[in-house]
Amino acid sequence: MILLKLTLLSLWNRRSSVLLTILAIAISIALLLGVDYIRKEAKASFLSTISGTDLVVGARSGSVQLLLYSVFRIGNATNNISWKSYQELAANPQIAWTIPLSLGDSHRGFRVLGTNQDYFRYYRFGDKRTLEFAQGQAFAGVFDTVLGAEVSRKLGYQLGDKIVIAHGTSTVSTALHADKPFTVTGILKPTGTPLDRTVHITLEGLEAVHIDWVAGTKISGYSISAEEAVKKNLQPKLITAFLLGLKTRTTAFQVQREINHYKREPLLAILPGVALADLWQALGLFETVLRIISGFVVIAGLVGMLTTVLSTLNERRREMAILRAVGAHPYHILLLFILEALVLTLVGCLLGMLLVSVLVWTAQPWVIAEYGFYLRTWLPDSSSLGLITLVASLALILSLLPGTIAYRRSLQDGLTIRT
Amino acid sequence: MKVIELHDLRFCWPNQASNTLSLDELIVMQGEHLFIRGASGSGKTTLLNLLAGILTPNRGQLQVLEQGLTQLSPAARDRFRADHLGIIFQQFNLLPYLSVLDNVTLPCEFSKRRREQVGDVSATAIRLLEHLGLSTPMNTRAVTALSVGQQQRVAVARALIGKPELIIADEPTSALDTDTRDHFLKLLFSEAEAQGSTIIFVSHDPQIAHYFPRSLDLQQVNSR
Repeated sequence: MILLKLTLLSLWNRRSSVLLTILAIAISIALLLGVDYIRKEAKASFLSTISGTDLVVGARSGSVQLLLYSVFRIGNATNNISWKSYQELAANPQIAWTIPLSLGDSHRGFRVLGTNQDYFRYYRFGDKRTLEFAQGQAFAGVFDTVLGAEVSRKLGYQLGDKIVIAHGTSTVSTALHADKPFTVTGILKPTGTPLDRTVHITLEGLEAVHIDWVAGTKISGYSISAEEAVKKNLQPKLITAFLLGLKTRTTAFQVQREINHYKREPLLAILPGVALADLWQALGLFETVLRIISGFVVIAGLVGMLTTVLSTLNERRREMAILRAVGAHPYHILLLFILEALVLTLVGCLLGMLLVSVLVWTAQPWVIAEYGFYLRTWLPDSSSLGLITLVASLALILSLLPGTIAYRRSLQDGLTIRT
Repeated sequence: MKVIELHDLRFCWPNQASNTLSLDELIVMQGEHLFIRGASGSGKTTLLNLLAGILTPNRGQLQVLEQGLTQLSPAARDRFRADHLGIIFQQFNLLPYLSVLDNVTLPCEFSKRRREQVGDVSATAIRLLEHLGLSTPMNTRAVTALSVGQQQRVAVARALIGKPELIIADEPTSALDTDTRDHFLKLLFSEAEAQGSTIIFVSHDPQIAHYFPRSLDLQQVNSR
């Protein structure tokens, strides 16, 4: 008891340097816990980029590639699915709904996705959240478009604005579908998924802008106006991929097998959850690097503490002699240093935890407004408590160094006061 | 009661050729305050460390309060010191982060015997401080705000609390001027005698010797 009192009063006596040490520990702990938290949140968010969809279907390629272009709008499909096959597969009585996806065009760097109203009805992300409109509603006409939150924010589009889409996905596209502009009828709320960076148009609209195009170039001297195009048959002949939801999830493997063995064309059906987990695994290095960095920061914080404690050893030599004179054992002296390190570390940890929760708490409203990403409140869980225990044990081990030096000195010095 | 009894005592630091301390016999009875005179290097501090049980002799018998110190384990010697000895240093006696009162009561935290001996620890500390001319308002002040003379009196109060049988003082007056020194010694004697503690006082200053019933010149006694 007296040792704890002596430790606390001694620390209080040196409060300005002690405060800096605690602050250094707190910041490193906050970083460690923060990185751990971000890692978990990022993983949770990544794994719930798409939810409620039982299978993603595209032309036969790799499962990660299919996931990348259909869900993350990264890269391009190697092949398409014919509308006829899509219709035939979608007729499967075990399938509850499908969402056709047609990719390939862009608007000022943002991908354009051709789909239908079912997209807004059935698409789920995160914790089975539905798409919500910040303004307006789903498209009704052929030349209507619904923008993702980031598209409208970055490009400053409002409802009623007219936009022109470009052929292909290059950011500096010269081939514009300038004759057939789209009108913004809806803007989605932020979702924190690649959807925010997507321009959604109707499959018919996508067909219409390509009606006077052949093999990627406009047919010269031949053009069909938007008004005329609407009157033509705009049923697409090809789509890039489609998402499907089943009536009962237990049939997922059966339906997957049927699609993978589909005779008319080579297709691939994947379970998005499995593919997402595979992809996250592939990104695992990023996770490891973050952990290593925060580990080093904590070590730096603790070494800082060690330096402070070691630097006080000489000035505290007299203190040790006095304590020995009034009857302290040398192991009391050792204990004094261990207690000091523990108090510093524990206060640092508590302050660090406070720092993380305050930071997360203040960031919450901003993150949800800006990215549509709901940050869960930071609470100490088993992994953060494990990290703190690890740090405290490390501090304990490090404190043995000044503790042992002081122990040996107090044996040597005895009652001799050296200053 | 014999407070100190030693025979044929030899002490030598590990890498030194000759003995630092070599005493053939010394017996100090209770109340027989002893003045030990010796220049620096004469083995004063070594003797005090031996008496306090911090060091153990290479040879010879050493009994403090009729307890053979050499037979005790290091931890038991520490406990013995906490229970029976009060120690006053030359200066910087006090822990800077404790109040005056907490500094005085410190030995009671390490010794159950002295705590029980005292009863009400803080009341006793206040009374001791009063006897030594330190008024109550000072007790909660930081020790760094005290003058050297005041600090030394606080150290006396700490050495005396809990009635230890032996008070060891290592040049406690060297930092004091003559008037303060005389006043300090008078207080030390009256308080130690009031509770029956025996003082062993070490100094290089021969002028103090006349306060003591008995004195010893370490340089002459030390046979090497």
